[in-house]
Amino acid sequence: MALLRSYGWVRCTDKYDLDCAQQYENRRFRKARHVMHSVVAIKQVPDTSNVRINPETGTLIREGVPTIINPYDIHAVEMAVRIKEQFGGTVTVISMGPPKAMESLVECIEQGADRAILISDRRFGAADTLATSYVLAHTIEAIQEAGPIDLLLFGKQAIDGDTGQVGPGVAARLQVPLISNAVMIESFDPVARKAVIHRKIEQGVEVIETSLPALLTVEKEIAAVKRAPLPNLINAARYKPELWTGDAPVPFSPELVGIKGSPTIVGKAFTPTPREAGAILSVAEKGLSKTVADVLAMIVQANVVTFPNNNGGKQ
Amino acid sequence: MSDQVETSSSRIWVFIEQEEGKPHPVSWELLGAAMRLSEELPGSVVEGVLLGHNVAGIAPQAYRYGAKRVYLIDDPLLETYRNLPYGHGVSKLVTTYKPEIFLFGATTLGRDLAGTIATRVQTGLTADCTELAIDPKQKILAATRPTFGGNLMATILCRKHRPQMATVRPRVLVMPEPLAEAEGELLRETLDLNESDIPVRRLRLIPGKERVNIEYADVIVAGGRGMGGPKGFKLLEELAESLGGVVGASRPVIDAGWLGHDHQVGQTGQTVRPKLYIAAGISGAVQHTVGMSGSNFILAINSDPKAPIFQMANVSIVGDLYKVIPELIRQVKGTRSGQ
Repeated sequence: MALLRSYGWVRCTDKYDLDCAQQYENRRFRKARHVMHSVVAIKQVPDTSNVRINPETGTLIREGVPTIINPYDIHAVEMAVRIKEQFGGTVTVISMGPPKAMESLVECIEQGADRAILISDRRFGAADTLATSYVLAHTIEAIQEAGPIDLLLFGKQAIDGDTGQVGPGVAARLQVPLISNAVMIESFDPVARKAVIHRKIEQGVEVIETSLPALLTVEKEIAAVKRAPLPNLINAARYKPELWTGDAPVPFSPELVGIKGSPTIVGKAFTPTPREAGAILSVAEKGLSKTVADVLAMIVQANVVTFPNNNGGKQ
Repeated sequence: MSDQVETSSSRIWVFIEQEEGKPHPVSWELLGAAMRLSEELPGSVVEGVLLGHNVAGIAPQAYRYGAKRVYLIDDPLLETYRNLPYGHGVSKLVTTYKPEIFLFGATTLGRDLAGTIATRVQTGLTADCTELAIDPKQKILAATRPTFGGNLMATILCRKHRPQMATVRPRVLVMPEPLAEAEGELLRETLDLNESDIPVRRLRLIPGKERVNIEYADVIVAGGRGMGGPKGFKLLEELAESLGGVVGASRPVIDAGWLGHDHQVGQTGQTVRPKLYIAAGISGAVQHTVGMSGSNFILAINSDPKAPIFQMANVSIVGDLYKVIPELIRQVKGTRSGQ
């Protein structure tokens, strides 16, 4: 493994020496290193493809809307589990949300996570991205007191709010490098505490080297989600996620959470104003050629496009 | 800090995004919006923020779109975008000059940076806005954005914290006409960082395949699930070509692998506002329409007379796609060849 070769000072002259050096390093690695630890933050969201709006009040009808793990977040969990498979260690999943979000955390245990923490308190309600990033960052700091964290993984955005701001916010609070829109971990070296990550940007794929710990917000390509193996399912069936509140086991500053900690408020919510419907022409009634001719005439009349090729050859 | 900068006026800032020395057009769209906001805020001034290496040449363009002043941090460490040095530089400017409003493009870079700045300076950020206005009573920014996959619009206010930050996707706002000539003031600031302070470096860039740039196309011919398979997209391509446009698609098409993600229009794809949008076999789910409702003229073609897309199209054809589209191609090309 690449990580074992990262010590330049081990000189190997022959096969035997190499083996000795490897064994020595293996021992050294185990002794010198703490256990590899990744933390993944997830969100339980309403399945937005099933969302309905009350047309009178302009508010979301939550009853009967199925909830799911935010689709990007599952891939973040999967990535953490794969790193655990390669390097050992543990995966902790955290989520801020209502008690119902326990279900989503249990699903993450099925996926291969070892520990799950729900941070839930009425006072945390109506948090915007600043207050949410405080709660998650404070939780991560508390987890870190028991031992260092190597990697933080977030989905690139949640499909309900779609802001994509919580991951960057947590990285800023914890002062760790932010790698957003990550699509691949090319190499990962917990000993040298370095990783090479591919991230998707507008011009292509940017390959960056970062120190660890780092915070990645991930695209779905980062890791294809596998079916949960049976032992994980058995494990998960018995597992109860930890419940952290605003007071215990670590206190959160009341003025930084929920509405109080949120600089933004919703002034009003409304359903989008629809465009007006125009003419509907039926091929069955008008005939194909006439329908298309009429439509093209309307487009020309609306003066939205001059057919670029129409007169190109003539004028 | 420069002495000639008035300290009392309220500043409306726009982050002028550039990569490899090329400004992103969303910066000009945002300057246009900032100018409109400025009219509602007496005594306010529109200014640009520009970071990079050897990028001072971009500032005069910003003046032509209305920026009175550009704050520039030009440093070799800013050669390519990295979150840490850009976050550091922009936060420093914010703390020094205390803008009222700060707008960013909701691009990959803009989202990465804006979230960092808002947290560093502890203020509110409204992501992916579709409309920016000044609340007439409170004289603060009213930023409207779609939420729950475009099913609901929410107007967000940030009452006490400054700056009031917002990101807006490219093509959501109209592109303003630049002035032929305009003067502005360039204010240089320093970054005050060393390479050793930055734990991240770019090893290389793998350029993407020739990217289909649907955001800025004038004509988009888009197909949906109703196309039935990847083959029909050849027809759409032919129609798009005859109209000088490009091919777009709704999400099911991308999920099925019929076309690449670059072509996707909607909530999880691109926002577009072409002059002409042809929606073929697209039913009109809100996740799609939120990305194309700014089009000037929409033609919908669907065999289902009840397709929701018909409720928003300027004109709709009920009929078989595989008959209507070839006929469209024939007639468009026919006019070309000599009628």
